[in-house]
Amino acid sequence: MSIKREKIYELIFGILAFASLLFFIGITGVLFKEGLPIFKNVGIFKFIFGKYWYPTYEPPDFGIFPLIAATFFITFGAMLIAVPLGVGGALFINEVATSGQKAFLKPIIELLAGIPSIVYGLFGMVIVAPFLQKLFHIPVGLCAFTASLLLGMMAIPTICSIAEDALNCVPRSFKEASFALGANRWQTLTKVTIPAAGSGISTAIILGMGRAIGETMTVLMVAGGAAVIPKSIFDPVRPMTATIAAEMGEAVVGSLHFQALFAIGLILFLITLVFNIIAELLSKKFRKRLGLGL
Amino acid sequence: MSKTGRNFMGVWLILSMLSVAVFAESITIKGSTTVFPIAQKAAEYFMDDNHDVDISVQGGGSGVGIASIIDGTADIGDASRPIKNKELNKAASRGVRPKAHVIAMDGIAVIVHPSNSIGGLSKQQIKDIYTGKISFWSGVGGKREKIVVISRDSASGTFETFNKLALGKAKVRPDALLQASNQAVLNTVARTPGAIGYVGLGFVNSSVNAIEVDGVMASKETVLSGEYSLARPLFMYTNGKPKGVVKEFIDYIKSDEGQRLVEDVGYIGLLD
Repeated sequence: MSIKREKIYELIFGILAFASLLFFIGITGVLFKEGLPIFKNVGIFKFIFGKYWYPTYEPPDFGIFPLIAATFFITFGAMLIAVPLGVGGALFINEVATSGQKAFLKPIIELLAGIPSIVYGLFGMVIVAPFLQKLFHIPVGLCAFTASLLLGMMAIPTICSIAEDALNCVPRSFKEASFALGANRWQTLTKVTIPAAGSGISTAIILGMGRAIGETMTVLMVAGGAAVIPKSIFDPVRPMTATIAAEMGEAVVGSLHFQALFAIGLILFLITLVFNIIAELLSKKFRKRLGLGL
Repeated sequence: MSKTGRNFMGVWLILSMLSVAVFAESITIKGSTTVFPIAQKAAEYFMDDNHDVDISVQGGGSGVGIASIIDGTADIGDASRPIKNKELNKAASRGVRPKAHVIAMDGIAVIVHPSNSIGGLSKQQIKDIYTGKISFWSGVGGKREKIVVISRDSASGTFETFNKLALGKAKVRPDALLQASNQAVLNTVARTPGAIGYVGLGFVNSSVNAIEVDGVMASKETVLSGEYSLARPLFMYTNGKPKGVVKEFIDYIKSDEGQRLVEDVGYIGLLD
């Protein structure tokens, strides 16, 4: 009886596990099927490096370079904010904070991850953008800087909690050995703990970047939406995700425009895939180094 | 009451419930976000008068509206632009014959920040601003301040109409800020002193200044008389001639009462 029941459970959970594989294959399949034709129709080089995005004109221009540039530009800006804050926060929580501070800080940071992105968007549109506009005397507050600031905030919890986990994995014996050799706390932190947790922290940063690259609603609301290659941090920009979100509803199904939007999705997917693979490799290296097993 | 009597009552109750389920009719409406408020309001009032009709109204955009008529996923497709040839061909290949019903007029108002002293622009000036020939308000008689050009994403029906009517299909300068809805354009213009934007007449409020185009201010009178040049009809599409409850609904929108609702949500009714 119990063996039979076990078999049934095995089957059920097996099906559930393979369901996500099915979704993955289905989604990538559709992305390739709908997105690939544009490369044949426009040319892959012209599509990726074209400077103009005029999808609905006659003749249309399908150059997504400004969109790719915008995505990386604001992601880079977001990392300048999120890495110091996220990694710094993790170091503080792991190394310095008293258990009371820890019990208070960790849930707060995790709560930050639970705020819906549209709320960040609203906050950015209504409060941050007008404030920055006045502060810097820029013509419009909806720009790359505002987007980076908000994406940075959104990536902090990802980076902080994964980095903190990595620091937690550094065996006590490493630190004790360091202290025994006469190193002080700062020396132990910079010479022992951080190098030991290094690839784990890198994983955290890369996953945070993935979070920022894929974010849609917030950038749609605060980045400004101008499809130009950004020259200044105060230029309005139009990331890839925002383009898909803004235009998919109005694109004629099956048209070149429709294919182009799917192709943008495909490229985004490949970018995040590469990031995830790098993160996975780094994390394996990290676990191996600390002898935690794969 | 006897036992058979009670049984009979039970059967009768079940039957009557079934008949509600069978005879309740439903209408699905999809499409243009511009037409959405009209469809929504009309649906509410129509369902109040016809309890057995269930109307679901969804947005998505003009492209979605027309596609849903072609795919048969909606009974009525809302659109803020006429159907395109490409879409007509696709419809023909599926044996669908889209029929257009003009249900209202919409004027596109050109708006600026309230602090802007410009009271009107010519269509040529608007075109020069949107295509990038003029970049400072001083170019059209205003302050020496950079113009922040705000447009809609190039797939929206409002954009298409503005692009055709005001810009003669010229390309909008690439550094224009593209916003995804009428409301977003309005909010951005209201917060940006150097901004110029355009929205459906129904969206204009006191947070921005609407300006004259070629000396004519957008209003119901100027749109209906044809004096105001940035105006367009709004459509509902059906597959062939509407029948039954769909016909009743479209007739309702075209009636005096329906057209009053059109004006309530800020568009221009077709009746005087």
